[in-house]
Amino acid sequence: MRRQIPLAITFICGVVMAIQFFIPHQISLKIYRGALDWQMIVGGFVLVLGIGSLVTHHTDKLKHQREGWGYSLVTLLGLALMAIAGLFFGEMRIGKPFMEIFIYAQNPIQATMFSLLAFFIASAAYRAFRARSFVATLLLLAAIIVMIGRVPIGAKIWSPIRDISTWLLDYPNMVAKRAIGLGVGLGMISTALKIILGIERSYLGGGK
Amino acid sequence: MNIYEKMMSIDRRILFLLIALSVIIPLLKPLLLPVYVTKEVRNLYGFIDNLNPGDVAFLSLDYDPSTMAECHPMALGILRHCFRKGIKVIVTSLARPEGLGTAEMALTQASQEYQKKNGEDYVFLGYKPVPGAVLLAMGENFRLAFPNDFYGTSIDSIPMMEGLKNYEDIKIVVTVSGSAVIDSWVIYAGGRYGVPIGAGVTAVMATDYYKYLQSGQLVGLLGGLKGAAEYEKLIEYPDMATKGMDGQNMAHLLVVFFIIIGNIGYFLGKKAKASKGIGG
Repeated sequence: MRRQIPLAITFICGVVMAIQFFIPHQISLKIYRGALDWQMIVGGFVLVLGIGSLVTHHTDKLKHQREGWGYSLVTLLGLALMAIAGLFFGEMRIGKPFMEIFIYAQNPIQATMFSLLAFFIASAAYRAFRARSFVATLLLLAAIIVMIGRVPIGAKIWSPIRDISTWLLDYPNMVAKRAIGLGVGLGMISTALKIILGIERSYLGGGK
Repeated sequence: MNIYEKMMSIDRRILFLLIALSVIIPLLKPLLLPVYVTKEVRNLYGFIDNLNPGDVAFLSLDYDPSTMAECHPMALGILRHCFRKGIKVIVTSLARPEGLGTAEMALTQASQEYQKKNGEDYVFLGYKPVPGAVLLAMGENFRLAFPNDFYGTSIDSIPMMEGLKNYEDIKIVVTVSGSAVIDSWVIYAGGRYGVPIGAGVTAVMATDYYKYLQSGQLVGLLGGLKGAAEYEKLIEYPDMATKGMDGQNMAHLLVVFFIIIGNIGYFLGKKAKASKGIGG
């Protein structure tokens, strides 16, 4: 029963929602709106579950003083601080404690982490872009043209590079991305069908 | 280690230092090279520019502080453009809860610059989890997903929301996004409800969305800091993105320079080995 009931719910929901899409009737719309409501409610619970897991994981690490427990302490303190600032010290507007912590702590921390990407991309591009084969050479040339052609200095150096980089993005890039997109789309349809029909059951956990 | 091997394996700390300098120096001493405008940016600008005062645009600021450097100037540019033209704006932030803070910052700054009032000229609906479901719910009725705005005011008591039910009552959705939520906008809001969609995305994401431009599923696209700088040029309000372009110019040039150095080392090294009869 522990497997049959979820499989039945999945099958019924999947089939009903697929059929509903093609029937613009009041009853069908009511079902659709109800499903949307439920989806958002379940989504809200996912947040609660996420926070619960975060707290349990880090409390456990702290309690047993496992490696990196100091980071867990910072995580829990940060979580508590933001929750207290948000719940007890006014709404989320500029000038209020929650927004001040957000602007002067979280903002620079997250922005700094992401900006490191520029350094890693530069280092990786230098080491990985080698014209070892015809295909690698094509990739290398395309990368150089787009990198230079997309910034203003590119047109100053050699004006046609701007149009060449636009052409690369509009045609070869778009064609490749569309092909990937179509493949992904077909894969999503087949996976959805497999889940609805109970062929794919890995989401239930416990093996295949 | 011979000269060719050295050319291929420059210490990454030197690389990091030069990249940092290439960004910092132009910020302190700007070159202010002219920014050219691409057609995808001009199309989005043109669509918004052709709206009438009093029309409603929907702006979803789906980014957080990590992608703020690129996305925030776009958000400010579009908000400034709308406010300047008297276009009313509904704002959400659906990708992550952190996006609420960045959206609040952008809205506060732009609304203060143009003396726009919350509830009359703009409405901030806030965040709800599961973007796909929220987008679909808003296609039926904004009140289904957001009975109250971000500050807790009932939507029905907000003057600007009077007569606004769903996407049919708005002229365009623009999502400024650092995540894949843009696909949900295109598929659900654009595909199912037929609302025109425009987008602003980070530079690394931009190539993924040219397919939607060609198919007409996106009316326009701002890609990275360059896209934001182009928009600033079009609205004649040079700001953060325009200032940042010089750093990007230099950093791109430097990366290309190192790629070329690495390849020269690779080819000359290979040639030298071949002439000595080593390797194959």
